[in-house]
Amino acid sequence: MDHPGETMAKEDTPLHWLRTLFFLVIVRPLVLVIVGLNVRNRRALPFRGPAILAANHNSHLDTLALMSLFPLRRLPQVRPVAAADYFLRNRWLAWFSQRIIGILPLKRGANRRDLETQFAGIDAALERGDVLILFPEGSRGEPEQLARFKTGLGMIACRHPTVPVIPILLHGLGKSLPKGEAVLVPFFCDVFIGDALQGFEDRKRCMGAFEQEMQRLAEHADFPAWE
Amino acid sequence: MPWDRLHPNLLWAMGGIFALLLVASLVTGILTRRNPQKNLRELQARVKSWWIMASVFTVAMSVGRGVSLAFFAFVSFLALKEFLSVIPTRRADRRVLFWAYVTIPLQYYWIWEVWYGLFIVFIPVYAFLFIPIRMLLIGETKGFLAAVATVHWGLMTTVFSLSHLAYLLVLPPLEGFGAGGPALALYLVILTQLNDVAQYVWGKALGKRKVAPTVSPGKTLGGLLGGVATTTALAVLLAPLLTPLTWKHALLVGPLLGFVGFFGDLSISAIKRDLGRKDTGELIPGHGGILDRVDSTSYTAPIFFHYVWWAFY
Repeated sequence: MDHPGETMAKEDTPLHWLRTLFFLVIVRPLVLVIVGLNVRNRRALPFRGPAILAANHNSHLDTLALMSLFPLRRLPQVRPVAAADYFLRNRWLAWFSQRIIGILPLKRGANRRDLETQFAGIDAALERGDVLILFPEGSRGEPEQLARFKTGLGMIACRHPTVPVIPILLHGLGKSLPKGEAVLVPFFCDVFIGDALQGFEDRKRCMGAFEQEMQRLAEHADFPAWE
Repeated sequence: MPWDRLHPNLLWAMGGIFALLLVASLVTGILTRRNPQKNLRELQARVKSWWIMASVFTVAMSVGRGVSLAFFAFVSFLALKEFLSVIPTRRADRRVLFWAYVTIPLQYYWIWEVWYGLFIVFIPVYAFLFIPIRMLLIGETKGFLAAVATVHWGLMTTVFSLSHLAYLLVLPPLEGFGAGGPALALYLVILTQLNDVAQYVWGKALGKRKVAPTVSPGKTLGGLLGGVATTTALAVLLAPLLTPLTWKHALLVGPLLGFVGFFGDLSISAIKRDLGRKDTGELIPGHGGILDRVDSTSYTAPIFFHYVWWAFY
């Protein structure tokens, strides 16, 4: 597992039929019926990849909600990028993360000089035309508060200037299932889809544009107090 | 087929609903063709949503008692979830809200068991006492009263009040009234929903004087009275088909539902105004959220239920 993504062994790739079944029977009823999504500006969502969905991160439900925005038959092309140190930390979690959720593992805090191997899996997926889900905040932070964005998103965007980055603001999932809680309490969740950003050559300018779009989405939002 | 079990009077009433929707679609189509410059998207969305709601409701009512009760429990769930999503809540109360949701399957289970005694006290007594106990165990006192009061209000409107509609379903048939509980529920739903529509239409046609300017500036006296008159006429007309009510009873029930439904609508408007929101959600295109649709029913259901209970059972 030193260079995840470089050469994908067969046991690291999603089991499509079981994954589809899992999303059909468990994830979609949970996310779309028990929780419930209010999606704004759905038109801005690309129907086909390659694309990068970049969202804020409050809950494990975030990934499932974003994956549920696509029709079930597009699921094989939708891949969340997730931290290798967390999601591959034991055999069972690694099996579930890679074969059922279909994550692309990313080594966090890798050596800057080693970018080629670090991003190999992501590059390959985007070249295949996949839709990647990225959480630039890194880990799930304080529920329902925007944390600082890490610039890995900017690096990936600059490596693929023709691939659109779709900023997405999520609200409510951190109330339903925050970090450290095991009991799910349903709240309607808002999904604000921003306008696509692309064509960046500079990582900082990309992050600036992304932050600006996330701020704009947050201004539209009308969230009840939760303290 | 489940249709065989349905009383013919119910089938007539359901047919009537769809005939009315057909008229609504025709009128919308003509209006759209005549005024191509006018934006009638909201009206079109509204009518389309009515078709979907009427279809889902008809299927839910036709398949059997279990499905009907599950359907109403699900409506309560959506309404409570929407309520809890738009009001300010405390982070500390996550587990309390979980228990608020648990009351829904229990309340509808009492109805399934036709256990009137528990149905009528479960939320106002047991949930009323238990919810604050769960909060006290967490121990957060800042904002305690507001938190416990909002949860209670939500449970009373979205679970307790709405579940009266479901309890109508399990009322036994009476002598000379074979259609039974499902017909009573249909009567209530038709009158309440058409009362909303009639108040809106009359308000557009001849409404001038604002009746609740600070709460809902769109509501006019003309709309209210026109709506109540329409509902009363309909109540008298449909009573022999769907209820054991005599025309005298119906003459009382009509205005009662008309006025009470108006205030149910207004109470959700007041909450939205308090929170600074236009609607409670976007679940139903053209209508808003589920609370925007069931607000009047949360008032008319208990009132109608207890009228029938007092008069016939």
